Formats: sequence, structure tokens, C-alpha cells
Amino acid sequence: MAKITLSNLAHSYSDIPVTRDDFQLKPTIDHVWNDGEAYALLGPSGCGKTTLLNIISGLLVPSQGRILFDETDITELPTAARNVAQVFQFPVVYDTMTVFENLAFPLRNRGASADYVTRRVKTIAEMIGLSDSLDSRAHGLTADAKQKISLGRGMVREDVAAILFDEPLTVIDPHMKWELRTELKALHREFEHTMIYVTHDQTEALTFADKVVVMLDGEVVQLGTPVELFNRPEHTFVGFFIGSPGMNVLEAKVEGDTALLGGCAIPLHHGYKQPDASRVEIGVRPEFVTLTDGEDGLPVKVERVEDIGRHKIVRTDFNGSEINVIVPEDASISDRHNRLKFDPAAIHVYADGWIVDGEDQARQKGASS
Amino acid sequence: MNKRWIVPTLYIIFLMLPIYWLLNMSFKTTNEILGGFSLFPAEFTVESYVKIFTDPTWYSGYINSIIYVMINMVISVAVALPAAYAFSRYRFLGDKHLFFWLLTNRMAPPAVFALPFLQLYSTMGLLDTTLAVALAHCLFNIPLAVWILEGFMSGVPKEIDETAYIDGYSFPKFFVKIFMPLIASGIGVTAFFCFMFSWVEMLLAKTLTTVSAKPIAAVMTKTASTSGYELGLLAAAGVLTIIPGAIVIYFVRNYIAKGFAMGRV
Amino acid sequence: MNKTLNHRAWWMVLPVLILVAMNAVIPLMTVVNFSVQEEFYGEFSFIGMQWFADTLTNERFQNALIRQLAFTFTILLIEIPLGVFIALKMPRSGRWASVCLVLMALPLLIPWNVVGAMWNIYALPDIGFMGYMINAGAGFFGHDPANGPWFDYTQEPVAAWFTVILMDVWHWTSLVVLLAYAGLQSIDNAYYQAARIDGASRWSVFRYIQLPKMKHTLTIAVLLRFMDSFMIYTEPSVLTGGGPGNSTTFLSIDLVKIALGQQDLGNAAAMSIIYFLMILLVSWLFYTLTMQGEKK
Repeated sequence: MAKITLSNLAHSYSDIPVTRDDFQLKPTIDHVWNDGEAYALLGPSGCGKTTLLNIISGLLVPSQGRILFDETDITELPTAARNVAQVFQFPVVYDTMTVFENLAFPLRNRGASADYVTRRVKTIAEMIGLSDSLDSRAHGLTADAKQKISLGRGMVREDVAAILFDEPLTVIDPHMKWELRTELKALHREFEHTMIYVTHDQTEALTFADKVVVMLDGEVVQLGTPVELFNRPEHTFVGFFIGSPGMNVLEAKVEGDTALLGGCAIPLHHGYKQPDASRVEIGVRPEFVTLTDGEDGLPVKVERVEDIGRHKIVRTDFNGSEINVIVPEDASISDRHNRLKFDPAAIHVYADGWIVDGEDQARQKGASS
Repeated sequence: MNKRWIVPTLYIIFLMLPIYWLLNMSFKTTNEILGGFSLFPAEFTVESYVKIFTDPTWYSGYINSIIYVMINMVISVAVALPAAYAFSRYRFLGDKHLFFWLLTNRMAPPAVFALPFLQLYSTMGLLDTTLAVALAHCLFNIPLAVWILEGFMSGVPKEIDETAYIDGYSFPKFFVKIFMPLIASGIGVTAFFCFMFSWVEMLLAKTLTTVSAKPIAAVMTKTASTSGYELGLLAAAGVLTIIPGAIVIYFVRNYIAKGFAMGRV
Repeated sequence: MNKTLNHRAWWMVLPVLILVAMNAVIPLMTVVNFSVQEEFYGEFSFIGMQWFADTLTNERFQNALIRQLAFTFTILLIEIPLGVFIALKMPRSGRWASVCLVLMALPLLIPWNVVGAMWNIYALPDIGFMGYMINAGAGFFGHDPANGPWFDYTQEPVAAWFTVILMDVWHWTSLVVLLAYAGLQSIDNAYYQAARIDGASRWSVFRYIQLPKMKHTLTIAVLLRFMDSFMIYTEPSVLTGGGPGNSTTFLSIDLVKIALGQQDLGNAAAMSIIYFLMILLVSWLFYTLTMQGEKK
């Protein structure tokens, strides 16, 4: 197990990258990922999360920057020398071997003693719940059992620095997905491997990870706990991508502690300097919007109401842009409900997509640093 | 750094050398051939080729070969298509046994059948016709065609058939308009293998023909034995028999590996 | 795929059935007929298993069978490992891969007697490239050309065998390469990556990833090479005519000699049936055994 340091990292598949768009991973990525934590790399396909994973696993050498496991520079090391384990999109098991042999394979390849191998494999099989099928051929097992084997092959090595997961639940049946994810989480809590989990499914990322790394177009747009991503999305994409439905993002004019939406003034919790940007937006999550039948607030038209069980989602229209509201399950919606109110504390201001601090927040930050 | 190319290259050189030698011989004069060993023709001549293209016993052999290969290819694919469909979609009385029996015919040594074929086709009055050879080659090409096509058809989901019927297609219309385009590459691969095995087989083709339907390759052997040692002519004829195969391979090059990947040859 | 029960499907199989049955059943009946009868001036009389007993105890048949087994065994032993080896070294994609495939498939499409004729010329001790080169080598190592050529497949059984086997390797190894290559192509990159992570050696990758994935197509390769080499006729008959002496007379060559050459129909028919049954039996055994191994 190890701390992973990404330093000044960037990657391009072309030999001579000219513009920033030539990079699959844009310069530069600098992070320290803590030992024993579970990280999820989340983003739409093509965002560079698999490229980043391949750089960590050693399949790719980055065009610039270093990767360190603890204090050791492993940027140029081949996969085999890195002590990482990986679980792939579809189960990769050695069909002709038994479950026992599969789990023993990485140890035997490294010349471990037979005695140790037997003990270690039994321990791991216990952990992943495959003790009963150690002697059966891996070939006939179900997809989820096979994924457990590939996970086990990773955990069987005590020196493993990190376990990497590349969308491991893609081919698993829906009901098994949930079970496998829970099990994974439990294993992580118990054994505290550093885990890196690539996915495009926010539910998987949020339930699995301690920290979520949200990626877009080869950039890390935010790294934070699920709660941080929910409460304070640092980029409109994070707000939009996480949450269901995602954050409402509306173009607005911000003056001091007021946002002007069309002709309507919305009070903000902080005062803002005039942002120097071509596009200024405010974002508020549907959870912090209320629909009223009062006289003040943002005038909207209710388009439709979706009942999803625990609560209802109200889709409203404001001058052609959609604003979603989450209302309690028992709320009744009528035509008279045509005003929206935002919780000022939950409104964030974005300039060209990136969050802007209020003047008081900025002062605080300046003081503390 | 990467030395991977060495093995394929050496192997291809090993494959090409005899072919080059044949080509080399075909451009030499008989005197030069018998005169001794040389890596290149000293006196470059196309005399042998001219002879083949002007002498009817030679070029008609060519035409005969191509005719029976084509007839065989068409018959094999045409009858194998419905049969392969039946095997891939339906269960019926004795289907498995029938399928296995068909395949056993691929294992029958042509030498075993040479004599009975001679009797059978002379009874039918087809001896020394291209049709006889085409029909005889059906013995191993039809089972092969059924086998390959069945593999490709099994890869097409059955729901496509059902959707087409629901949309009001009749079976023949569905088969020709929807199903056949779906397995077009399979039909191509099948035709390729039918071509290949009919084109290369010589024992039956030679046995069933005497004069008018003689295949080119049989003309070659005959020439070799009767008219003395005309190696240049023999080599030129040999080179010419390689060409149709080379053309066909070029066209199906992207499908060959696929056909093999089906695991059915 | 679950298939529907439909007995009318027989109609779709019927054309195939008629054509193949005409070619297979009628001739086979003729053969069976000959194999149990004796012809005496146009009169046929039933003699039971006599021809079969004769054939099986006939030394000539036994020798041909031994030669046949030796030949088939040798070429399988060379072509299968060689084909797999070359397939492993093939580029996995790109233009170069496609060029390789086309060139390698070329020998498969040459008429079999042309293959024989080609090697007949190629191996000639005086003017053939291979024969000349071998003899030049022998001369270099001290063979005196005055004693006649060191390598002459028309005179020396060993040289003849060497040439016939090399010809078959030349002719058919590509089939094994193509089949093995197709098997290799179906392996996803993740397997290689997993093996690297697990610290597997080159041999382990072959043994536990590549070989299992090639198993299916290799089974077919072995079956085809067994069947076709067991039936081989045209190539050696053109190359050596079964000689020198009887040294390269394999089963098919012997059969044609007996049937067409000597018109000894009873013997030929009995031999045909024994021959056919041997191929069926071995193919069936091999197939069932490998498939059973797969099910476990």
C-alpha cells in the first residue's frame, strides 16, 4: 500500500503536441492521493480517465511529469515491477486453471514458497467468499465470481501498492452489481488498500469512493469527497454531472450580492466583485429550490412533474431554460405554483464554468493561507 | 529493437523460393534450362507463354478448369444456403446425424472414390464433361459449404428472422433481401473455400476427363510425360495456374482470417 | 440458440442430401459390392470377408500403411508447432499483417499437381534451386561430385522422403498459421496486461492465455492436417511417383495403383473401405477426446 503522487503530469498521444487540445491529459495534473483511501475517477467517455489509469498501471509512459509510489519514482518502471493490481472491464481469468491456481498465479510467478502460497490463497479466498470453489475450474464460473477472482489475484500480493479498477461492473448483472460494490467497499474498509476506480457512473463513484476525481476533457475539474462535490461543485460540469437531476445552471448578471436573471433579482449569500469573464452563471441544486404560489420569486411555468418515489421532480421553464425542483413526495402541485425561490446559501457563482468565491470568502482564504 | 518481423519474413522467403524458381524456369529457353543451373534467365523469353495462349489443347484446359470450378462454386453455395439455414434455425428428425454424415464426406479419400465415380458418371453419360467434375467436387465442397455457412448463420440473431416475418416478409423474400446481405461475408468466405478446393483437386478431375474437358493441370502432367522434357512450358503453365488463386486471395484477404476465426474450414 | 422443432426443414436440406448422396452413397455401395465379391470372367460371386482378410494380412498394404503413418506423424509434428510459432510472431494488425496473410495463403491455392511439379523442378539435383544448393553444400563439406550427386530424390529414398516432407510443410504450414492466427486474434489485450501485472513469464503467457484460446482452431488444424495428409495422393505422385522403389508409396498412391493400374477391384475395394474407416475412426476419436476435455 502506498501514497500516490502525480507531479506535473500530462500526456499526449501525438509526438509533438502543439495546442492544449493535442493532450489527452492536459498539463498539468498535480495530486497526492493518500495511502489507503479509495479514489474514483469519474467522467464521461473520452475524458482521459482511462489514460490516467494506464499511466498509473504502467501501460503508458506519460509525455511529461512523474508518478511516485510513496517516495519511489516509478514513472519508467514496467507494469510488473510496480506492484499494482488491476481488475478489468470484463473478467480476465485464466480459464484452464482452477480458482486456487488463479489466485496462486501471481505469487508463484514471484517464486513464493508453496506453504506460503497455500496459506495466503486460503486467506484471500475467505475474504472474497470463494473458499468453497477453490478446486473448480475458473472457466465455468459466473461473471461476478470471475471478477472476484481477478480482484483476489490483486489482493493476494501483500506488497500490492494499489488496486486499480477499470469499470469493473460493466458486465455484471444489475442485482449483482450492488452486492459486489458493497463487498468491495467492505473489503476496502477492512484491509485499507489504496484503490483507484474508473467509472462513468456517478452512483458507483459516490458509493465506492472516499474521494472522487471528476474529469472532463483531459482535466481534473474537481477532487473531493462526495459531500464536497454535492455542496460545492467547483465547476458547472461537476454540478451538472453529479446529482440527479444535476445542478441548475443559469446564465446571470452578478452585481454585489444580487444576481439578475432576466429582469428578476435573486439575493446571494455573499457579495461578489464583478467577475471578469465572458460567461457568468449561477448554479443551484434542485434540492435547494422551492416552488411557491406566492407573489415574489422567479416566475416560471411548470412543464411536467415526475414522481420517482421518494420525492418528485418538477421540471419548470424559465424563459426557455429548464429549472428542476425537487419537492417532497406529498406536495401537491397546481397551476398557481409559478414562482421559484432559491436558498441563497446554496447558490454558487461561476465564471466561464469555474466557481468564484464571494469577497468575504476570498478574504478568509487569503487570511488563512 | 523489435525483431518480430524476422520469422514471418524468413517463412515467406521459404514460401516464395519455389514459386520464384518456377517463374525463373518459365522465362528460360529449353536449352538454357537443360544447360545448367542459373539464378536468372540469361536469355529472357516468353515463348512458353505464347505457346500456351495459342495452342488450343493448352488454353482450353484453362477454360475447362475455370468452368467446372465456377459451376461447382455456384451449385455448392446455392444448395448449401437453405440447408445451412435449416441446420442453424431448426431441429428436425435426424438433424445431428445428418450433419455429421455430411462432414464424414469431407474425410473420404478421393482415391477411394476415383473408380466408382468413373463408373457412375459413365453410366450417367457425363464422362469427359466439365459438369461431371463440378458434380464430383460437390462431394467435399457441399459439406464444407454447409459447415461454414451454418457457422455464420448461427451468429445472426434469430430475432431478425422473427422481426422480418412480423413485418410481412415472405420466407424467400426475407432470405434474399435481408438474410443474405447479413451473411454476405460468410457467403464470400464459403465461395472462396469452394473455389480453393475445387481448383486444387486433381485426382477426380483427371479421372473423370479424357480429352474435351481436361483441366489445365492435367494437360500439364500429360505434356510432361509425352512430349519429353519441356520444362519451360511446364513451368509457364504452372505459373499461370497460380494466378487465379492469387487474384482470389487478394479479393478476400480481409475475410480469410475471419472465416478461419469462425473455426470452420 | 434454441432452435424450433420443424420437420419441414428437411425440404431445405433435400437438395444437399440428393447431391451428396449421389456422390457418396452410390459409389460407396459400388465399393462395398466389389469388396465382398469375386469377379471371374464377368461372373460375380459372394466371397464374404475374404478380400478384407487378404488386404489386412498383405505385406504390401501393411508397408504402405506404415509409410503413411510415418508421413502423417512427421508432418503433424513439424507443421503444428511451426505454424503456431509463426502465428505467434505475426504482426497483430496493419498493412504488413495483411500482406503476410496474402503471401502465406498463396501455396494453399496452387493446384496440387502443380505443387508436385514445382517441387519436382525445385529439388532437381542439377538445375533445381534446392537440389543444387544442397549438393553445393555437400561438395563444400567434401562430397566428391564424381560419385554422383549427394542429394538426389529420384534415386535416394532418404532424399525423396526429405523432399516430400519439405514439400508438404511448404504446402500446408500456412493453413496452421492462419488458423492459429485467427485464434490469437480473439484474445483481448486485457489478458496480456493482466499477465504482466501478475508477473507471468513469456512461457506462462503462452501456456495459460494463448494456447487455451487457440485450442479450438488448433483442434481443427490437427484434424484437417491429419485427414488431408492421410489422403495425400497428387503431390507425391507427381513429385516422386511413389518411388524410388516403393519408398514414398502412401496409401492413396497404392490404392490407385491397385485399382486403376492393376484393375484388382476386390482388393482395391476392401482396401478403400478399411482406409476410409481408419480416417473416420481417428477423426472421431480425436474430436470426441478434445471436446470432452473442453467440457470438464
